[in-house]
Amino acid sequence: MMSTHDTRAVLSRTRLRGPVVGKVLAVLAVALLLFLIANPILRIVITSLQDPADGGFVLENYAIAFGSVRSLRAFANSILYGLGVTALAIVVASPMAWAVSRTDMPCKGLVRGLVLGAFITPSYLGAVGWILLAGPNAGWLNQMWVSLTGSSAGLFNIFSFTGLIFVTTLYSFPYIFVFASDALDLLSSEMEDAANILGAGTLRTSLKVTLPLIVPAISAGAIITFLDTIALFGTPAIIALPARINVMTLQLWQFFEFPVRVEAAAAYSIPLIAITCMLFGLQRLVLGRRGYVALTGKTSQRRLVVTGRWRWVLLGYCLLICAFAVFLPFAALGQAAFSTAWGKGLSWANFTLGNFAYVLFEHPSSAQTIVNTLLYAAAAATLAVALGLTIAYLLNRKLVPFGGVLAMLAMTPFVIPGIVLAVGFYIAYTSPPLSLYGTAAMLVLAYTARFLPVAFANSVAALRSINPEMEEAVRILGGSRVTALTKVLGPLLKKSLAGSWILVLIPAMRELSTAIFLVSPNTRVLSVMLLDLSEDGNFEAMAALGVILLVTTVLIVAISNRLLGRDIILKRS
Amino acid sequence: MPSKPFRTDPNGAVSGHDASCGQAIASTLRLIDVQRDFGAVTAVDRVSIDIQPGELVSLLGPSGCGKTTLLRMLAGFLPPTAGQIEMDGQTISSPGMTVPPERRQMSMIFQSYAVWPNMTVGENVAFGLKLRKMSRATIATKVRTMLELVKLAEFADRYPSELSGGQQQRVALARAMVIQPRVLLLDEPLSNLDAALREEMRFEIRRLHDAFRFTTVYVTHDQSEAMVTSDRIAVMKNGRIEQIDRPYSIYNMPRTRFVAEFIGRTNLITGKVALDEVVFDGFAVGKACLDNSFQANVVNGAVTFSLRPQSIEIRAEPPAASDGEISVPGVLTQRTYLGDSWDYLVRPTGSDAVLRISAPPAQMFETGTPVWLRVDPRQMAAVE
Repeated sequence: MMSTHDTRAVLSRTRLRGPVVGKVLAVLAVALLLFLIANPILRIVITSLQDPADGGFVLENYAIAFGSVRSLRAFANSILYGLGVTALAIVVASPMAWAVSRTDMPCKGLVRGLVLGAFITPSYLGAVGWILLAGPNAGWLNQMWVSLTGSSAGLFNIFSFTGLIFVTTLYSFPYIFVFASDALDLLSSEMEDAANILGAGTLRTSLKVTLPLIVPAISAGAIITFLDTIALFGTPAIIALPARINVMTLQLWQFFEFPVRVEAAAAYSIPLIAITCMLFGLQRLVLGRRGYVALTGKTSQRRLVVTGRWRWVLLGYCLLICAFAVFLPFAALGQAAFSTAWGKGLSWANFTLGNFAYVLFEHPSSAQTIVNTLLYAAAAATLAVALGLTIAYLLNRKLVPFGGVLAMLAMTPFVIPGIVLAVGFYIAYTSPPLSLYGTAAMLVLAYTARFLPVAFANSVAALRSINPEMEEAVRILGGSRVTALTKVLGPLLKKSLAGSWILVLIPAMRELSTAIFLVSPNTRVLSVMLLDLSEDGNFEAMAALGVILLVTTVLIVAISNRLLGRDIILKRS
Repeated sequence: MPSKPFRTDPNGAVSGHDASCGQAIASTLRLIDVQRDFGAVTAVDRVSIDIQPGELVSLLGPSGCGKTTLLRMLAGFLPPTAGQIEMDGQTISSPGMTVPPERRQMSMIFQSYAVWPNMTVGENVAFGLKLRKMSRATIATKVRTMLELVKLAEFADRYPSELSGGQQQRVALARAMVIQPRVLLLDEPLSNLDAALREEMRFEIRRLHDAFRFTTVYVTHDQSEAMVTSDRIAVMKNGRIEQIDRPYSIYNMPRTRFVAEFIGRTNLITGKVALDEVVFDGFAVGKACLDNSFQANVVNGAVTFSLRPQSIEIRAEPPAASDGEISVPGVLTQRTYLGDSWDYLVRPTGSDAVLRISAPPAQMFETGTPVWLRVDPRQMAAVE
């Protein structure tokens, strides 16, 4: 009796429930992608060619955007700035990567940890730290120089092109470090042994064999560094603006000052997009020629280069760079955060907790700002992970035609500078029919778009690691796709989803270049408030707020590393 | 205890199982001209099979022959591009309408086992029963009975990562059978096990099938696995069924060259049809001795036969002629000792070809010595 199957069940009340869910998901995902990515970018292009008065086709906007010496100078400055930072970062990071990956230098874990520290430090915070250290007269290093040598003027001036390049490099060299040390880790040391056995010494081997073999990896890192630099807004706003140096991102911002010239801004964004696309194409080419990298796949026995007494020199060098990037600016910021006035130096009389009280309780909007920051970042992380997973799933299970187009769309924000994406959002969603300006949704959606590639790429990798038979086993036993998702795939993906959530949360918490165009008085976030405080010269309050942001970030990284059991941040993906 | 997972007095265990679950009523499966194209490639080409209730049919073939595609169509993961599949007379798959896998009341054992690592062994087995909204007590009983049957009762609270490959395989078996499927599908279930375990599990699968009598379709590329487990074997090649028959017939009466060579080793010998005999290279066989059906396979006056190495006897002296068997003199050209048998290659006198002979270990000959072969024409099968 129990065994008599209900034969009707097969045909009645059946059909299509699974497929319908899939179709609804697919339509939703595609609609969101169009909304978040395709529309803003398309609108930039269209607006750049539109007459602001009657909407007709014109090229005038480009004339306005590039028609002044000022904006052309900004363009040239940006290129110089990018090249300078990239070159300096290569010089700084390559020896570090070599020392950590290939030599017997001590304290490698410490150095890696400090590089991670530099990586997760928002560069605009570091810039403020360096104003306190190397401000023309009052900076700590200049004061020390004056008191040591008795000279009348300080040695350093951070408010210069050199200063700008220097500070930016301190927070972008980790890109090259990660790429180079990854390549070195994969490189078989037999390559070096072969040179040694033929009579080449350590130095010769390193320069003639090792270095050329990792050139492709370094150039890939260099391209990212360059693009990251020319799209940077925070550090230029803090250092270049007072130094009266104009760069593209600042120029773009100026187009948004009264009177707002959206069309000119759109036109001015186009070359930025073009450069980015070009360089990423180049990077593909460079990394595509894998044979040159000699990644034999199998990491055979590693033999570390014995550097003898030189290893202390290497360690000293690594620590010096880390001191510039982490210790010194953090110390300066810490001092300022606990001081009534940072210039008065270290003394009990100067000690106060007032700055923290001020930014946490007394400042009219800062409590709200902190809440906003966490809320928006968490919302964006959730949305990005959900959307990224959905698209990855649709692709992985081949549930939609044109999957390749969806994947490309989801990865597009990776090559669009944040500041350009913000311009696109501004154009697309500040005017009717859909006016989101001034709402939290504006920022959350922009963050989601900006960090979607991270969530999407992680989801693709996570899904790829799960055999589709896991899901098929659910279905053949009578469960729907939804059951499979909630009972099996969900639990299996939990860890990697949490990982991608954190990977979106952290950059979203400190995102400045997107926020600066899209915040309104009610939706201010920490990064924007930090910038405002530093512009007002209120470095003590700014430092206190920065300390709060840093501590929160470090806590999140520490907790997630503990819970997820691996180093999710400092990995090339 | 680790050996012979199911060997607890099978009768007792099974009758106990009967009492709690009832005997499953197995379904019939009917495949009618089922076809599946992927773009320009035809993976399954007009396959028709009738599978009786309780029958175990295996789909056997080299990789890429379409067997897994066919199985996935049976499960409902893929719709056919032509033809249809009926279960108990109802169409469950056709190009326009495919009942989704979750509504077919089948179950399946996957190549990767697909045992869910986020659930314990007990939860894995209970999953299908929970979906069927059975009471908690019923589920507990059924799970316990089934786990005892596959010798995993004490592992109910373990997670799959704490089990060996063979144990995970048994969890997959238990999970698939506990729901009493109308049809049980197995997709190369033993391919991830080591050789010894694979050998053992073959017999266990057959034993479980004898106990439950689910209608079963079993996909494999391993011919000895198919021989042990199946009621009938369907040998597939390039998306088509070459031959479907009982294991005995498949082995001894292969109908095509492909089947003869894929199942075990064989000698394929081609002869010219003369007036009253078929003349092979080195010897001839009278037509009267051969099964007359060979006439259907004659092409341009020639016909090819499969002659198993085990069907040829090797002798040191010429045998006395008797009851139609043929005696062929020749020279031993090569020998290999395989442990459980000798593998001899013999060139018949006046011939360029060699015949392969399998002989018991005690029958030892040196290379170069003259030998006589005894061939029984009734064991020669004409192939296409």
